[in-house]
Amino acid sequence: MHLSTIAWITLVVPLVAAALIVLVTRTSKPFAAGLAILSALITFVGGWTLFVSGASGDFLGFNWIDFGDAFSIPFGLALDPLSRTMLVVVTTIAPIVFIYSLGYMKDEEGYWRYFAGLALFLFSMLGIVLADNLVMMFIFWELVGVSSYILIGHYFHKDSAADAAKQAFLVNRIGDFGFMLGILLFWVSTGSFKFSALNDSAGMFAQHPTLLGVACVLIFCGTVGKSAQFPLHVWLPNSMEGPTPVSSLLHAATMVAAGVYLLARIFPILSVSPEASEVVAVTGAITALGAGILATQQDDIKGILAYSTISQLGYMVAGAGLAVSAALPMFHLFTHAFFKCLLFLTAGSVILGMHHEQNIWKMGGLKNKMPITFLTYCCGMLALSGCYFFSGHYSKDLIMACSWEHHRAVFWMLVVAAGLTPFYMTRQALVVFFGNPRSEHAKHAHESPLVMLVPLILLAIPAVIAGYPFVEHAFFHEIGSLAEPEIPHFIEIIFGAAFFLGIGAAALIYRKVGEKDPIRIPAFENRFYIDDFYFWIVRRIQGGFARLCSFLDRWFIDGILVRGSATVVWTLGFALRFLQVGNLQAYAFFFGAGVVGLIYLLIHVR
Amino acid sequence: MLQVAFWFFASLMVLFGTCVVLLRNPVSCAMCLVMSFISLAALFVTLDANFIGIIQVLVYAGAVMVLFLFIIMLLDLRTEKSRRLNFGATVGGVLVIVGFLSIMTQVILANPAFAKTLPPLAGNQVSDVKLVGMTLFHSFGLPFEVVGVLLLSATVGVIVLSRKSLR
Amino acid sequence: MPTLANYLIASGLLFAIGLGGVMLRRSIIIIFMGLEMMLNAANLSLVAFSRYGLVGGHQNYDAQVLVFFIITVAAAEVAVGLAIIVSLYRARQTTHVEDLDSLKF
Repeated sequence: MHLSTIAWITLVVPLVAAALIVLVTRTSKPFAAGLAILSALITFVGGWTLFVSGASGDFLGFNWIDFGDAFSIPFGLALDPLSRTMLVVVTTIAPIVFIYSLGYMKDEEGYWRYFAGLALFLFSMLGIVLADNLVMMFIFWELVGVSSYILIGHYFHKDSAADAAKQAFLVNRIGDFGFMLGILLFWVSTGSFKFSALNDSAGMFAQHPTLLGVACVLIFCGTVGKSAQFPLHVWLPNSMEGPTPVSSLLHAATMVAAGVYLLARIFPILSVSPEASEVVAVTGAITALGAGILATQQDDIKGILAYSTISQLGYMVAGAGLAVSAALPMFHLFTHAFFKCLLFLTAGSVILGMHHEQNIWKMGGLKNKMPITFLTYCCGMLALSGCYFFSGHYSKDLIMACSWEHHRAVFWMLVVAAGLTPFYMTRQALVVFFGNPRSEHAKHAHESPLVMLVPLILLAIPAVIAGYPFVEHAFFHEIGSLAEPEIPHFIEIIFGAAFFLGIGAAALIYRKVGEKDPIRIPAFENRFYIDDFYFWIVRRIQGGFARLCSFLDRWFIDGILVRGSATVVWTLGFALRFLQVGNLQAYAFFFGAGVVGLIYLLIHVR
Repeated sequence: MLQVAFWFFASLMVLFGTCVVLLRNPVSCAMCLVMSFISLAALFVTLDANFIGIIQVLVYAGAVMVLFLFIIMLLDLRTEKSRRLNFGATVGGVLVIVGFLSIMTQVILANPAFAKTLPPLAGNQVSDVKLVGMTLFHSFGLPFEVVGVLLLSATVGVIVLSRKSLR
Repeated sequence: MPTLANYLIASGLLFAIGLGGVMLRRSIIIIFMGLEMMLNAANLSLVAFSRYGLVGGHQNYDAQVLVFFIITVAAAEVAVGLAIIVSLYRARQTTHVEDLDSLKF
């Protein structure tokens, strides 16, 4: 079968499944789930086939908007090493999560909605991965946002969930505004939307550093929104209102990684602009550090993981700003996808066992009651913290080495974040799994069904091995080089020290802990009051602006322009009414006077 | 000769026209108008438009004014009672008339083309009626027929309008 | 010899008198007579131009044909107009123009 056909099938099958689920299978639960899982497995086969084939090429679908050379937006798929690797990530994780959802969502309502949303999301994410030009990627970017909205708002009866879905979408839109401006800037300077044309013109851009810098930063705005960088990170913790498999698939592994994927796509021109790279790197570092600090005080099991995701995304973005090739942030994306998805799924298993109780201070001693969950959790936790021989270690190490070379401030921020990560993960592990049960639910918790445990085990394997050299070579050697020319060895030592410090401190504080957290720092708990600040901005400034616009609209446009012109016409008509006197001779007089006047004008006015 | 005829009949026409506007009794007005039309017909003849002159007498003086008189008698109009003059309307009317006359004389006297005297006609004249008839039926056949239809519709209209009860 | 200007001024005078009749008299019948006078003034003008604007040695007969049509149409108009006046009189019992003013604002 032709490769382009496989690519198109891989892209379109989830959309067909979503459409079928919405139209046909509303009442039949197994059918809806079956369709979605089948589509995910088809994409799995397609994705691996495309990866193994090692082919590269552009497959043009059709010209969506075509005004000739002046302006044309094609719809096509691009296969190159970058998209093939990302394809593997997405299509491997998706079926696992889908199968896990069978167990997690068994008793939930809105089954068909959920699976339709997941299938739509898979379609949109594959579109982002395979898109060959910026506009197509932007369209699928928005589609991913829509699926996220649908899925976060799955429990839309709850106000908090509905608000969280709205917030996610709107905050993303703010970033997308910058993204759109960046796309337009690139089109104006190069005349094309395609990534290949863009990356080929790196030489041309080098002569216009300001233009390049501004355009790259604008495109980075899209990443700031989608990958929850500071200051647009506020939606990700709230997105935990959605079901846990959604959190694992979208808001840990794939959707939020789309921002990093975008940076990797435009990497050739991003690396040419030192100012843009600096902005990217510093933003990533600030995010990594800030989110790490905030994660230490979260009480919701998913909240900790959410802030951890934001922190790791900061790592990836910082890597994109500092690296020699796109392979560096993509490597961390690769490993992170697996272990973060695993962590969320184990958290889901815990939540299900605790009958949907999410506060960690109501849990405890679960390691005996849910052994497999605990073991897989450990795999994920150690990978995330950067423990030796787990996947996260390799990718984090490379990022830190790269930052040591290029930007010391970023490096120290990343080191502190690397120390905080094991701290809060150990905190979570100790509070949730060790110690004594703190509530009735915890006492009676039981292990999850097999349909949920098998995905956990399946994900634990890449969580361990995904960083090993043979894997790295297979997936990344074509994208670019990961090695730094000289890595001082003390980077390893610093990293190791941070790791052990973090674990040690957490173990010390939380080892024998009772009903509540011994450390309470309100600033961290209230997320640095950023949410309140945004709320104030919207209320005061935007509200004031809205009032001004309303005034203009009501009094100026409505009053003067619309009703004013109507009033003028009415008044004229009213005045002219008085000419209808009813007297025949008056009319004759008007007529005669008019005719005489006309003749006079015709003769004398030349 | 022609000069005398013109001045005589023109002044007659204007005189009787003024009488129409000034007299109070409608029958007197009608009779003055008849005289005015006959003078007008004489003027037509001085202009060598014999056919038109005869038609003027036949149709206007003969048919239209008789119709007028019939209607005056039908409505049994008496001498108009003089009501109070509407000062504004009168002044306005006089102003319009004066304005019109002044513009008209100004235009006519200013144009040198209007000052020429009666140009002579070519000899070997076919009769005037024949020439009019030829022009009418050669070039204006369709308007001729249309006017026929117009007269028919006018007849029907009059009959419908003068019915006693409107159904 | 009368010039064209003479005839035209005569026609204009007749027209002005007719206009005066329409604007100053208050009885409908007299107003109608003024209308007829105005039409005839136009006829006089046309015939004068026909005589003074020779075409190939002949008078310009197109104008005279037009006068013919005007006379015809005026006759038809008088008939219909008088019928209307009769119905008006039957409805309102008056021919005084100032009494007919119900089409006011």
